[in-house]
Amino acid sequence: MSEHTVSIPTFSKVWVALLALTAVEVFLAYEQVPTLIMLTALIGLSVIKAALIIGYFMHLKFERLSLFLTLFPMLVFCILLMLIFLGDATRIPHMRPGA
Amino acid sequence: MSTHAAAATTSASHWDGGHSPYATNSKKFGMWLFIISDALTFSALLFAYTYSRVSNPDWPTPFHFNPSIIFSSVMTFALLTSSLTMVMAVHSMNQGNRKAAARWILATMLAGATFVGLHLTEWLNLINNEHVTPASNPWGVPLFGATFFGITGLHMTHVVIGIIYLGIICQAVMRGKFKAEDVEVAGLYWHFVDLVWMFVFPLVYLMSAKI
Repeated sequence: MSEHTVSIPTFSKVWVALLALTAVEVFLAYEQVPTLIMLTALIGLSVIKAALIIGYFMHLKFERLSLFLTLFPMLVFCILLMLIFLGDATRIPHMRPGA
Repeated sequence: MSTHAAAATTSASHWDGGHSPYATNSKKFGMWLFIISDALTFSALLFAYTYSRVSNPDWPTPFHFNPSIIFSSVMTFALLTSSLTMVMAVHSMNQGNRKAAARWILATMLAGATFVGLHLTEWLNLINNEHVTPASNPWGVPLFGATFFGITGLHMTHVVIGIIYLGIICQAVMRGKFKAEDVEVAGLYWHFVDLVWMFVFPLVYLMSAKI
């Protein structure tokens, strides 16, 4: 409900959590983790950060569930649909002349 | 009797008309719809980038930890902090403190401007010193420049529009115009810009880091 107000300490905690997760990401880049593990870890951490921003800063955690259900399932579905093309991308390097 | 009870439940439904089923005002719902469609634009761009990258095994990794990654980490810090000040602006406005709200919005704009300033410095360094353009670069994969400037350019455009948007909201708040919900809707947009960077930063910078 929009009447619900989040307290200032909560915002600060979310901000600190976001900074900490960013620090972990930068540390992973510094350690030069293998690409696939790196990508999985970065996407995972970024989704957590996105959830924190959407839930607390954008207040969605305190809105009616129907608003979330109207907006997000279709967004996630459309983003997952875009994955269809990635299979082709992995084949292209093998189709180049001289590859 | 049972039909009567059923009628009573229906009229209590959120979807019965007469008020918003989402318990939000229409501006906020409109901004949410815009954010979802804009999120799809950015995800399409990031997927195009991923596609180009996977299909080019010799993709360049030009971002040295010092200075590029440290530089972009500072940019991330500026943007995350601007989200915190924006939340504080909405909080102050909800409590009816317009003066504090205007000050927090100004702080948000300042952090956003810092982000754009740092980003432009980085762009100019890439263009002038490393000779990267949208069509060519010294590392052999021309798509690198197209995806890099395309994604970060669209994001920077959003930040600049956000600063202008907040400027308009800020002067209105100082003059006693607009309500708390208007600041909240502007906040939604600003947080979204921050949110997009949370994906651009790891995918474009950290995945191309070189120690």
